[in-house]
Amino acid sequence: MLPVPSMDVVVFTLVALFMVGAACVVTFSRSLIYSAFALLAMLFGSAVIFGMLSADFVAVTQLLVYVGGILILILFAVMLTADIDRMNITNRSVHYKAAAPLALGLLLFMWAILPGASWRVVAEPVSQSVVAPIGNALLQEYLLPFEVISVLLLAALIGAVVLVRREVR
Amino acid sequence: MSMGVGPYLVLSAVIFVLGLYNVMTRRNAVGVLMGIELILNAAAINLVAFAHYGVNPLAGQVFTLFVIVLAATEAAVALAIVVTIYKRFHNIDVEEATILRG
Repeated sequence: MLPVPSMDVVVFTLVALFMVGAACVVTFSRSLIYSAFALLAMLFGSAVIFGMLSADFVAVTQLLVYVGGILILILFAVMLTADIDRMNITNRSVHYKAAAPLALGLLLFMWAILPGASWRVVAEPVSQSVVAPIGNALLQEYLLPFEVISVLLLAALIGAVVLVRREVR
Repeated sequence: MSMGVGPYLVLSAVIFVLGLYNVMTRRNAVGVLMGIELILNAAAINLVAFAHYGVNPLAGQVFTLFVIVLAATEAAVALAIVVTIYKRFHNIDVEEATILRG
């Protein structure tokens, strides 16, 4: 009789297959719109993985920032720029003869070294909400990177506005 | 009995390699940007997995938040550049925007 896999193994396997399939669509689809929506699916799967790893705050942030922000931006850029029906012109892939062996070699390399590594892990990881500890850590231990990254975010937003604004004489 | 960190690393490696292939082969600049998002997400999965199974669970999650914010800034600036390139060249083929080449 086969051993019954535990619940987290089943969930992880399903989500991982879903994510890899979505990432394949992102990479190999010739239509950028399909790629953008597959990226949406991949990011949803990633949020589920974060939830499984007891990172609930990170999972919600992932949904808000990526799905609510970055993906909308990407969709706008796709629709504003390329003539998406002329995908053989705007979306042809290049250099695949060089890229495919390189990517495949990197994957095999990581595949080869992963089982040999011994990770020092704690005995049984705890699963609990981390929202309050993350808030405390952000305002105590990681206050400087937090402030620096907020200034960086402001600078990037101003830079983006300056880049795309129309010249006014 | 939990799964351990290995399966998460395998998943992250596969997604990283797909993103790398995407970055190397796309001609469309927005497609390249999607590949970069895949790569950043693979790195974030690694950080959260190590944080969950490691000694200090908070550090990895905090830096994952920083990675997400950096991805947002990078997407904003990169898409602004893409729109500017499109206004100038009327396509966003990364092979053709070469006027900065010396």
